[in-house]
Amino acid sequence: MTTHQTPLLTVENVVKHFDISGGFLDQLAFKGGIHLEKTTVKAVNNVSLFVNKGETLSVVGESGCGKSTLARVILGLYRPNSGKIFYDGQRIDHLSHEQWLPYRRKMQMIFQDPYASLNPRKTVRQTLEEPLRFHNPKMTAQEAVDKVAYVMEQVGVDPAWIGRYPHEFSGGQRQRISIARGLILDPNFIVADEPVSALDVSIQAQILNLLMDLREKHDLTYLFITHDLSVVRHISSRVAVLYLGTVCELASAKDLFESPRHPYTRALLSAIPRIGEKKAKHIKLKGEVPTPVNLPSGCVFHGRCVYARDRCRKEFPRFNELSNSTFVSCHGVEEGWDLG
Amino acid sequence: MSHLLEVRDLEVKFALRSGDITAIDGVSFNLDPGERLGIVGESGAGKSVTGFAIINLISKPGYISRGSIYFEGNEISAYSLARMRKIRGNRISMIFQDPMMTLNPVYTIGFQMIETLQAHRNISKTQARAIALDKLKKVYIPSPEKRLSQYPHELSGGMRQRIIIAISLLADPAIIIADEPTTALDVTIQAEIMDLLQELCERDRMGLILITHDLGVVSQVTEKIAVMYAGKIIEYGPTETVVHHPVHPYTIGLIGSIPGSIEPGKDLKQIPGMMPTLTNIPPGCAFNPRCELAADICTKKTPVFEEKQNGIMAACHMK
Repeated sequence: MTTHQTPLLTVENVVKHFDISGGFLDQLAFKGGIHLEKTTVKAVNNVSLFVNKGETLSVVGESGCGKSTLARVILGLYRPNSGKIFYDGQRIDHLSHEQWLPYRRKMQMIFQDPYASLNPRKTVRQTLEEPLRFHNPKMTAQEAVDKVAYVMEQVGVDPAWIGRYPHEFSGGQRQRISIARGLILDPNFIVADEPVSALDVSIQAQILNLLMDLREKHDLTYLFITHDLSVVRHISSRVAVLYLGTVCELASAKDLFESPRHPYTRALLSAIPRIGEKKAKHIKLKGEVPTPVNLPSGCVFHGRCVYARDRCRKEFPRFNELSNSTFVSCHGVEEGWDLG
Repeated sequence: MSHLLEVRDLEVKFALRSGDITAIDGVSFNLDPGERLGIVGESGAGKSVTGFAIINLISKPGYISRGSIYFEGNEISAYSLARMRKIRGNRISMIFQDPMMTLNPVYTIGFQMIETLQAHRNISKTQARAIALDKLKKVYIPSPEKRLSQYPHELSGGMRQRIIIAISLLADPAIIIADEPTTALDVTIQAEIMDLLQELCERDRMGLILITHDLGVVSQVTEKIAVMYAGKIIEYGPTETVVHHPVHPYTIGLIGSIPGSIEPGKDLKQIPGMMPTLTNIPPGCAFNPRCELAADICTKKTPVFEEKQNGIMAACHMK
């Protein structure tokens, strides 16, 4: 992949499979004699993408497509089975726990459910101070409190509430506190895993505005994981569409929404209910999403694609760059079939 | 009484140790055969309680404290539990949010469908099975015979929600109340389920009450919208008009909050603050602390719900 600048984060051919075969007895299979059979969930399959400094790359897809796994692999919470991840030019996927530490300060995560991601037994101060103290052992108590108060103000939570517990806050405020926790170490890169899906629309707008403000103010780069396409269109510079652990299409938000190329992207976009627009005919997909345990051969989407031909069933499509820095993984687009 | 369903000045209270709280406060609306009504609002606005109240599924400590509900001209809110059972699931049925939770995991789909039918009608198992099969076909479930002997865990979320729709159709109801039927599903599945509901309403002249927080979904499926805030309907009118020319500042804010309603990257219009809890509803108009138009009168007097413009009813002093 060619880019004009060095990307902040590069993911190259990352694969993450989970072994769910269980114990010895669970693995026994009797097809044509007795042998052991491994069952693996193929969550992320050969994903490559890059995130430039200051941009927001959104990863979208339906449940079970591997978006959260990808986020966790990038942050080193899971180790990839193969592939490479570079942060600011340094390879980070193979680092030991100690070697990871300096990167943890720079790469932070915001989780989906503000009810589950904050420790109910810790006050806001304890939650926010812990990472600060851990990464800056020499910091004085006063400095730490000042920093916590500063960050709370940044995210719009009154610093006077520093001694309160999570249950005393509403969902939106909790999400602000979890954003504060992500910001407290002054990171450059934030992975936000569905940060607004648990919130009501009016609160969702407040949090999205906050995230966009913070990006400007603190020069942040986001990897935004979500299933909500209208949020994606609003906040992202570029979008990667994931299906069964494979990137179907990677393009600028504008290009992707205005002229989607991959048949899956088209079906997905046509399904978004848009307020005030009379219903456009949405593209019906046949069948159901296969499980990531038994991946289809060839193109992972072929079973549901109305344009699928023989080649799609046999051969995995390459991830090709089209002229306008749009990447698409589809035989049909590559060969210029009539895709409706 | 010419309407299929008429809800008049409905009030539901929950008796708590600290005193009664009002969950819905004076809600009124009508539904005609084949009509699709959307009830929208944020969590805690009282949308689901409204749905439950229609078929008298409010459980203690909640109770209907005022108002009446007429169905086909009969006041069903005065019915005994036994009489209500003949209506519920039979003439008016309800679809719930989570398809993983509403099917019994230890019985087959067929068993659950036949059980439902036999509860409402005096028919044989074979007849019930034939009706069940027919309904499964109606909701476009592939290989319906096979599904009857399957358990819920063997099916995907979208398929389960279809089965639930099929179950709700078993007794050919006049009204379906769908409470967030697609919130737990992916967008491609959501689109299919919504198409299906709309088709059923059009073909069988069934009334639909769609309860959801998603204005996008409501605006595509329904003909009328009721917007709820803190237990009251604050705006009601034809979907098209409400979406394009909303009157109430809350509706305006809600529509502005949706990403996609404005140019990407620009700040979304946000409503400051959050919805009050039911124990702590501000005096006057409940929306006044968050409203940019709020004047003195808004903190003192509850606005009247009245006709404003283009056939929209709204409760606001300033419009």
